[in-house]
Amino acid sequence: MSAGTQKIPVIVTAKVPLNELVTRFEFQHAEGGSLPPFSGGAHTVVEMQDGDKTRLNPYSLMSDPMDPSHYAISVRRDDQGRGGSVFMHDKVQVGDRMVISYPVNLFPLDLTAKKHLMFAGGIGITPFLSQIRQLERIAGRFELHYSVRSAALASYAEELTTRHRAHVHVYHDDQDERIALADLLRGQPPGTHVYICGPRGMIDWVRETAADLGWPDAAVHYEEFLAPQSGKPFDVQLAASGKTVTVGEHESLLEAIERAGVDAPYMCRGGACGQCETRVIRHDGTLLHNDHWLEDDEHASGEKIMPCVSRFEGKTLVLDR
Amino acid sequence: MSRFTFPPSIPSRPVYGTLAPREAAQHLMVADAEGAEALLDLAAAAPEIMAKAHVIYIPRNAGEALVEKLRATGPDILHVSPSYLASVPRLRRVLSDTVMGAQVYLAGTEGLIGQAMNEALQAGIPLAAIQTEHRGSVARRVQCVHCKGITEDVMTDPFVCSHCGLNLFVRDHYSRRLAAFQGVCIDAEDPGEVPEPVELYK
Repeated sequence: MSAGTQKIPVIVTAKVPLNELVTRFEFQHAEGGSLPPFSGGAHTVVEMQDGDKTRLNPYSLMSDPMDPSHYAISVRRDDQGRGGSVFMHDKVQVGDRMVISYPVNLFPLDLTAKKHLMFAGGIGITPFLSQIRQLERIAGRFELHYSVRSAALASYAEELTTRHRAHVHVYHDDQDERIALADLLRGQPPGTHVYICGPRGMIDWVRETAADLGWPDAAVHYEEFLAPQSGKPFDVQLAASGKTVTVGEHESLLEAIERAGVDAPYMCRGGACGQCETRVIRHDGTLLHNDHWLEDDEHASGEKIMPCVSRFEGKTLVLDR
Repeated sequence: MSRFTFPPSIPSRPVYGTLAPREAAQHLMVADAEGAEALLDLAAAAPEIMAKAHVIYIPRNAGEALVEKLRATGPDILHVSPSYLASVPRLRRVLSDTVMGAQVYLAGTEGLIGQAMNEALQAGIPLAAIQTEHRGSVARRVQCVHCKGITEDVMTDPFVCSHCGLNLFVRDHYSRRLAAFQGVCIDAEDPGEVPEPVELYK
């Protein structure tokens, strides 16, 4: 049994298009009653029955953490992706039954902080929506800097600026507005913690700038879900279960292991949490590491792999699973 | 020689390092007595940081010579204070006015380091931005667990509580909140049976 894989049956109660890319989905418990409370920044893994294929995609919960009546997620359509977001946009309708996981939080607020300084890029806004709800309750001090492509694609920007006019700043790429990052990071009172959710480039930019200005790592938090990369099909032997399975071009190693009927551990399915770490018994070829859980020397050792996002090219791969 | 290597002890006992210069827009340095020598070493390793340094120094018994040496390193501000307590209002003000990214350096006796560390953490300075180096006296700040009174500069074990007069055994058990070691009555069961006091770390 994987942590966070306890399941909740839900019914889709709303499907609200926000703009040409992003749609919000709301869920209520299928048997009525309350959903578990969560903490701001938590995500749920949504199961999608797409024909004979089961997709499991993580999405940040963006509703009020203390409101057990419903959950909400926002899904950005990615036509170049592996199909999960397109399935949500095209196939899922109000009234559908779905299964989601209990909430898991890999991006919590540090409540010892005296101030929360948030940087969001695009759809990376979603965990901050629940974090801000949480902070409203405890009168937590925060400041959100939200970078968007254009006003038309600025999901929830209007709602946020209306509720928190003094604390939310929106930057539009198409108007050449840029976050004055170094100036911002230079002027923060002691006890400020930084949170980043957005594209890889933004996360690296903020982390590096903060480090250059003397910010300790412990005060800088970030979340990035990696989607599994497609790649050439390959065979994998599962030594512990005595099975061999072929990983398809658009399938992740973890998905192939699950398809073979092996109950492998997982949590985030995005290369971040470390739950699915698997020992490589033998390999003749190249491990294609895509996670940001293992250290560089572990990647180089060839002894471990994160099957949720990483792949293999070569002759034989034998895993302890 | 102002350096002393503490023998290994229980996990609650603080350990100290050696101050190393770090990149930062602001440096806050607090030292007492021979702790100034650690700041002088720091300034020798990275003279350029002193122009961005606010130094609070409590000379205690170390004399004026170290004050003049500190001044010669060219700190942005050098404040010489007659006691740690007298420096606290300034320390709090400087901490509240500082920014994330600032580096804090604490050097000298355990009492000074522990109390200034507390102020820095309460102000929100991350632990990773605070460095410490022990120099000089190995005297301890000890809290009597019975009357809660704190005795500064305890040099012997056991010692007499300066508040309630009990004979106290000095433990390595340390409170970060109080910045003090724990002193426990040594003759509670046999009043008057008090071992001969020995100097700490002799």
